[in-house]
Amino acid sequence: MQKEQKVVVVVVTKLNSMQKMKVRCLSVLKFVVSLSLSLSIALGVVLNISSSQAAVLGADRVDVLYHSYEGGGMKIDGPSILLRKKATESVSITAYYYLDSISSASVDVLSTASAYTEERNEGQLGIEYLHEKTIMSFNVRQSDEDDYFAQSLSFNVSHDTFGDLTNISMGFSYGDNDIKRNGDEIFEEESQQYRIRAGINQILTRNLTASLSIEAIADDGYLNNPYRTVRYLDNSTPSGVGYQSEIYPQTRNSFATKLSASYYLPYRAALFFHYRYFSDSWEIKSSDVELGYRHPIGDAFELELKLRYYQQSQADFYSDLFAYKDAQNYLARDKELSDFDNMTIGFGITYSLPDSLSFGSSRSEASLQWDYIDFSYNNFRNPLDEGGVGNESLYGFSANVIRAFYSVYF
Amino acid sequence: MSKTIVRAVFLLSVISLTGCASLSIEPWVKPYERQNLADPIMSASRHPIANKHVAHVLDGREAARGAEGAEGGGCGCN
Repeated sequence: MQKEQKVVVVVVTKLNSMQKMKVRCLSVLKFVVSLSLSLSIALGVVLNISSSQAAVLGADRVDVLYHSYEGGGMKIDGPSILLRKKATESVSITAYYYLDSISSASVDVLSTASAYTEERNEGQLGIEYLHEKTIMSFNVRQSDEDDYFAQSLSFNVSHDTFGDLTNISMGFSYGDNDIKRNGDEIFEEESQQYRIRAGINQILTRNLTASLSIEAIADDGYLNNPYRTVRYLDNSTPSGVGYQSEIYPQTRNSFATKLSASYYLPYRAALFFHYRYFSDSWEIKSSDVELGYRHPIGDAFELELKLRYYQQSQADFYSDLFAYKDAQNYLARDKELSDFDNMTIGFGITYSLPDSLSFGSSRSEASLQWDYIDFSYNNFRNPLDEGGVGNESLYGFSANVIRAFYSVYF
Repeated sequence: MSKTIVRAVFLLSVISLTGCASLSIEPWVKPYERQNLADPIMSASRHPIANKHVAHVLDGREAARGAEGAEGGGCGCN
């Protein structure tokens, strides 16, 4: 009898563990299936946002650009070059170079440190392969500063389907970053970033296309800015305020969804719209909405207008002024993690050069774009202002962003 | 919220994988009706080098990231 009971208990235990294993397997399977299905709708926006026709490789072109950003005590400018060339009918190569020359005297630099200058060089190489209605691309990227070295690679695939009315896409990226601190030879940290994305682009009418794209990003490692500090009330100092280094979590996971639409107006002009919603594990939530308008004037000119509004909530470990030192496990006073909004007004003009001014049989364009961005911070005060600690005026600034570029199609 | 997203993704997956055949939907905009959509002024990537710069400027100043499209993809800076 006892033996029978033991057998029953053993059988029940085995059944229980099998059931648990089954449940575990099912949940893993469920996750893998939903991930695979998520990816299967992918393929599209990433590589070929404007795919209104069957899959084709982009035109051969070279773009040379000068860019400038000036605002909030920062001046950043430099050149950039983008080259795209078909090696064969089905293979295309891209190369990209970008330089930032930075001169910084921003509000948080001036309040705790000295103005500085630095350079950032970035290079990218990519290859695209077209097979029937599918485009696959592989891209490597490197960015180099005195105190930050980043490398990443990404893979994307897009596919036209449903009578070429639908384009689906997916992609993933991996990035590795080495972080240093100038003036501190011992300091050495690193972080990794993983990205996975998917999109669908759909022709809705003969004048309207819409797309939906999603992207999940996971960061792991040292995510602080090694120079930035937080401030806290400190009665032991004459100023009444003390400073300590920021401390961020070692991980950050985020998810973004973007809905876009393009509409062809009857008099040959185009309207663009997008809305993006973002949230992350630091409790930041943001939305941005943009409306664009492109209007040709004659055969030679094309005007562009843009309005964009962005707003975000602050990270749960952000504070403009902590009550005391080591007030919580994680500490941040980076204004990019604070509650703020900004508004952009943009204007652009493109001029198609006459044949007499173009190189050989190629077609050339000259473009100028100007964006004016106004930032308003709702919980970041300017420590350089009067009013006493914690009662200074809220910070805000505006920036002018200029891009002048020359494009040659050959 | 996440369940709703998974369900929406699942539905879109089924539709895209079956090419809408199971729903008996035919492509409703024929290739010869797409000349407006093929016009360069409708191209969101008309100026790819400018798009890259816009994405870089915003990436360094806003917490939001991702789903920018081809020209995005992170700052690679601090």
